[in-house]
Amino acid sequence: METINFEDRFQEYVDSEQKVEPKHWMPEPYRKTLIRQISQHAHSEVVGMLPEANWISRAPSLRRKVALLAKVQDEAGHGLYLYSAAETLGADRSDLVGDLLSGKAKYSSIFNYPTRSWADIGAIGWLVDGAAIANQVMLCRTSYGPYARAMVRICKEESFHQRQGYEIMLSLCRGTKEQKEMAQDALNRWWWPSLMMFGPTDKESTNSAQSMNWKIKRKSNDELRQEFIDKTVPQAEFLGLTIPDEHLELDEKTGHYQFGPIDWEEFYQVLKGNGPCNKERLEARNKAHDDGRWVREAANAFAKKTLERKGENSAA
Amino acid sequence: MENPLLSYTLFLADNSLITGQRLSEWCGYGPILEQDIALSNIALDHLGQARMLLQYAAEQKGEGWTEDRLAYFRDEKNFRNLLMTELPKGDWGYTVMRAFLYDTYHFYEMTGLLQSKDEQLRAIAQKAIKEIRYHAQWSAEWVIRLGDGTEESHQRVKGSLLELWPFTGEFFETDEAAIELNGRGIAPNYAHIRTQWKAKVEEVLELATLERPEDGWMQSGGRNGAHTEHMGYLLAEMQHIPRSYPDAQW
Repeated sequence: METINFEDRFQEYVDSEQKVEPKHWMPEPYRKTLIRQISQHAHSEVVGMLPEANWISRAPSLRRKVALLAKVQDEAGHGLYLYSAAETLGADRSDLVGDLLSGKAKYSSIFNYPTRSWADIGAIGWLVDGAAIANQVMLCRTSYGPYARAMVRICKEESFHQRQGYEIMLSLCRGTKEQKEMAQDALNRWWWPSLMMFGPTDKESTNSAQSMNWKIKRKSNDELRQEFIDKTVPQAEFLGLTIPDEHLELDEKTGHYQFGPIDWEEFYQVLKGNGPCNKERLEARNKAHDDGRWVREAANAFAKKTLERKGENSAA
Repeated sequence: MENPLLSYTLFLADNSLITGQRLSEWCGYGPILEQDIALSNIALDHLGQARMLLQYAAEQKGEGWTEDRLAYFRDEKNFRNLLMTELPKGDWGYTVMRAFLYDTYHFYEMTGLLQSKDEQLRAIAQKAIKEIRYHAQWSAEWVIRLGDGTEESHQRVKGSLLELWPFTGEFFETDEAAIELNGRGIAPNYAHIRTQWKAKVEEVLELATLERPEDGWMQSGGRNGAHTEHMGYLLAEMQHIPRSYPDAQW
């Protein structure tokens, strides 16, 4: 009797560049990997609102205030699409949020750094959104259909955010001496954490090989990091800012920038919860959730009453 | 006295600006992601309206005034917003109750301005009215949901309503500028707005199983720049960067 190996057939299907859809058979580890990755991504969008929301009330012009508020609101929207994408895999949004609040689930470590000045809003848009886009453009071609489609929508908005961030940096760099110092200081603080956003080096990355096979990922961490650096260095030069890396140098042969060693000890410390704002971020999410409990209960109670009244009316 | 049209434009502008500033404090902290988005959207509408009105006020003032100079370089005593708009955001119930009382008023005010003989105010009202209709519906729905939700939510919004009520009298005060502008067909008749507001508020409160508080002593002063203690903190936070770097462009 011939036995059909589902795993092999799944791999053939993915290799033929077809999208996996929610009702298709998929290996359990594929499902689990995706739920973990998509929900982490959703959590990152939601936690990522906090460092930027920090500056909405203090934005230095009304135009900037409106743009920042709209941007942070977009991040909430991205969180929603992504939670929905995770739900197509059988996950439950409230469980996923529960894992975030308990500290079990991870989110992007970059959001555990503080936003100290208005220039940080520019630097986040330019660098953090820039790094996110490098990753997300790749994910537009990921093998899981709902995730790929969510990414297409998200990428459009993210590139708009990145332009806004760069435009803030440009205004600062063309401004007064203090403004330019503010911009340089923000670049100094956000540069290395942005490079860490791509994750550990390929040698150290534990999940990467399988994800590449399943075409969840299509480029390695190191490839994406290099792309980002190559794109960003000329942008910094245009701003007249100095990237805080004395080893940074264009390799004429390859056309790529060589860069100095990344402090992975810092990366793992922030990941473990020892970053400057890990505690605040998680506390803020928990407080919002706890403060909102009575509101959610009331909304549910009212919805139930309304349904019952409708039932009574149609019975009568 | 400042010219009445300028004074009235700033009154409208400051109500929108301070409301937008307060509501935007919820961004990232809503009780559920969907409502975080909804409230941020509403805050954006108010800020958008504030910008149009401040640009119009700046145009009237001339001499290098801009929307940002009006927002960031006026002192507290020159802000004309209603006291209610500057009160701290409170809990979600307080925020939606305030929004409901104010949005309902704002809706009738803007409906009146659709007939304004001032072309700019009329154009702004035409642009804003759809947004404001949605705000008023959204906040009324939340008042009903919380009033008729659980015992806890009922008690909470009941308390918010009692706290906020003394700030509703100021909505309908008419100063000299407002009387003159009403006479010229520029500003609506606030006595008329009051009648419409009262009827709508009573209708919604009844659906929310809440009692309308008795009219007692009403707080007043915002229009003349006599603000609550909260206003200073709000402005300190909002204005501090442009004031620290007065020569900078952002």
